[in-house]
Amino acid sequence: MSDKPASAASQPTRLTGSEIVWATLEGEGVREVFGYPGGQILPIYDALRKYPIRHILVRHEQGAAHMADGYARASGKVGVAVATSGPGATNLVTGIATAMMDSIPMVCITGQIPTKLLGTDAFQEVDITGITLPITKHNYIVTRTQDIAPVLREAFLIASSGRPGPVLVDITKDAQQGSADFDFAAAAPSPHRPHPMLSAEHDAITAALDLILSAKRPIILAGHGVLESNATDQVLTLAERLNIPVASTLLGLGGFPASHELSLGMMGMHGEAWVNQAIQQSDLLIACGMRFDDRVTGVLASYAPNAKKIHIEIDPAEVNKNVKVDVALIGDLREILETVLPHIVPRKDTTWIRAVNILKGDAAVRDIKNLPDLGHLYAAHVIHDLWRATDGKAIVVTDVGQHQMWEAQYYKHESPRTLITSGGLGTMGFALPAAIGAKIACPDREVWVIAGDGGFQMTASELSTIVQEKLDIRIAVINNGFLGMVRQWQEFIYERNYACSPILSPDFVKIADAHGIPGATVRKRGEVLPAVQAARSAMGPFLINFMVEKEDAVYPMIAPGSALDEMIRRPSNGHDAKEK
Amino acid sequence: MLHTFVALVDDKPGVLTRVASLFRRLNINIISLTVGHSERSEVSRMTIVAEAAPGSGHRIKASLFKLESVLDVDDIGQLSCVTRELALIKVAATPHTRAPIFQLAEIFRARVVDLAPESLMLEITGVASKIEGLIQVLSEGDNQILEISRTGRMVMRRGQHTSRVLDAMRVASPEEEPIIPITATAGDVGLELLAGDPNHPL
Ligand SMILES: Cc1ncc(C[n+]2csc(CCOP(=O)(O)OP(=O)(O)O)c2C)c(N)n1
Repeated sequence: MSDKPASAASQPTRLTGSEIVWATLEGEGVREVFGYPGGQILPIYDALRKYPIRHILVRHEQGAAHMADGYARASGKVGVAVATSGPGATNLVTGIATAMMDSIPMVCITGQIPTKLLGTDAFQEVDITGITLPITKHNYIVTRTQDIAPVLREAFLIASSGRPGPVLVDITKDAQQGSADFDFAAAAPSPHRPHPMLSAEHDAITAALDLILSAKRPIILAGHGVLESNATDQVLTLAERLNIPVASTLLGLGGFPASHELSLGMMGMHGEAWVNQAIQQSDLLIACGMRFDDRVTGVLASYAPNAKKIHIEIDPAEVNKNVKVDVALIGDLREILETVLPHIVPRKDTTWIRAVNILKGDAAVRDIKNLPDLGHLYAAHVIHDLWRATDGKAIVVTDVGQHQMWEAQYYKHESPRTLITSGGLGTMGFALPAAIGAKIACPDREVWVIAGDGGFQMTASELSTIVQEKLDIRIAVINNGFLGMVRQWQEFIYERNYACSPILSPDFVKIADAHGIPGATVRKRGEVLPAVQAARSAMGPFLINFMVEKEDAVYPMIAPGSALDEMIRRPSNGHDAKEK
Repeated sequence: MLHTFVALVDDKPGVLTRVASLFRRLNINIISLTVGHSERSEVSRMTIVAEAAPGSGHRIKASLFKLESVLDVDDIGQLSCVTRELALIKVAATPHTRAPIFQLAEIFRARVVDLAPESLMLEITGVASKIEGLIQVLSEGDNQILEISRTGRMVMRRGQHTSRVLDAMRVASPEEEPIIPITATAGDVGLELLAGDPNHPL
């Protein structure tokens, strides 16, 4: 057994299983992991001191999974979370499901009771591979020391290849304690097998080009795949060459510069009116790395009724799942666009883009930014001001609820990986831990948490992680005294029966203070910028408690069961208006 | 509609759960699932028959492929293939009532594999409709069926055929399905039927 850190060189070294875990992570380029120790993973923790890997001690394992997730979203690298068996492993579950729904590359390592006790209900035994089977891209239980390195290496490959996703590796204590020859290079997995149903054949590409050539009102739908395949430049070129608008999904925000004249913003349930109207009026949807989720289509029967559909997508199981498409190009978005782009002839016709711009102008008068300042503090104002103050350059990590939608509407993201948010699962409590992961991945970037008073309380214990790790993270709590999004649904759909949605909160500034984190409470529009400036000039973390309008709603809203252009608009005269 | 998939999978613990769990997650009922060794070592072969919407074959196949343990998937659909199922049927029978059952067994080419004072056991191989036909006539008579165990369907694609072979197979009488009301499709007719056929090109 060696006390020296094992190097990634191809020289077999005799190591313990626990050492092999760290040596393999080191070889995979991992510098930071997020975790929490416990009995069945103690051998691994014991071996950590020999390796140049930083361990961030979380306050709850859900936080570890969200941190690994935020780390991956901010950096594009695989995030790593570590937990003990039993309750440690089950606490990861929400975080793993969050990563699965949003296709985030992540490896979770859990300790497991000794192999000979498996299946005996031994202390802190839980069948975590069984539990996580439907929420991981793949998972493993490792019972032999010599399998640790190859399994971990394969886990990294699976997590990051094709459509990315979380992989869990459960390692029994005896495998951690045993020893085996370690040879990083020899443990390399066989090369990634691309999904055999990928197809972007010549015929399909010709068909797509024909559709593009004959379309009068095409629109690009830019999804998370634009970021995952690093295709931002290609999408930009496509949009500019065709001179057509680009609508983004929530997770696609940042994939196309928000300030670009062709950018429409977010589509779907809380998309601005012009975005959804443009989609409904379009005669060709060019869907890039998005999956026609129910939050973006509204009722399917009336979705983009006159549009042909081209779907460029890496996962064949997503094609024709919700929306029947005319041409499917299945494969890596960037590669496909690179094949297609040379054949795209610049489009001179500006009729369509002018029509879309008129739709945009119509909506602007209803824009909350244009509401007179009558002493109310609107969350939308807060986010708008925050965007201004940070020059649109911060990494913003949101929680889930109204503030998340306002962020998507009012914080203009110019570049990829600057909005980190739980889209598919919509996991409250995500923001604070995910922001920690993002800050660890990008220590030189300004990182803001935007969370509601409800969601913030779900994982607020990670404040002490911020302090222990000396992280400079700025926190904006959008405090409306309600589980705001629930209250909004109750207002619109359940006759204002606010059942269990008013929520009492502690004084968040005092909570911060108890952690040694300075903070401020803001009640008026005029106080927003000074507080943001104070946060930005603080030498460490800072929390702002924004006491916003209690019963404000996110507009527009497409109620469930409605078509994409049947939206409830912000009342311009005090009444909600349902209009087409 | 019934969909039939053949999947080659890693022969490792937990793989069956992964495949079954996928169908559960898609809310699709598995009608039958057979697993056994394939021609490759460490690779098992599954035949999965599932009831799902007509257009869902593509998505099921694509989702199966997404499982890391799945090496290959074939959506059999309407392809020409040989389909077989084996069933064991235990029927209540005394020495006095056996004879008609023996007769039925002969017509269906079933074999008697166990004989006890109060019961007998039949083994039958064929397409599902043949097995169901035997069960039907057995229960239409006075026979009490005590137990049925069916393996579920196994499927294998036919080799490449010349059109003459296919033609010949279509004219060949479906000898295997002598008395079953549901007529077998050309795909269900065994190539072995052609052995005595003067037009047989092989
Ligand atoms: C873990 C979890 N539980 C419940 C929900 C359902 N839910 C969605 S939004 C929401 C309200 C969020 O309230 P808050 O955090 O105060 O944010 P706001 O909507 O007020 O901005 C709830 C309860 C959820 N998304 N996640």
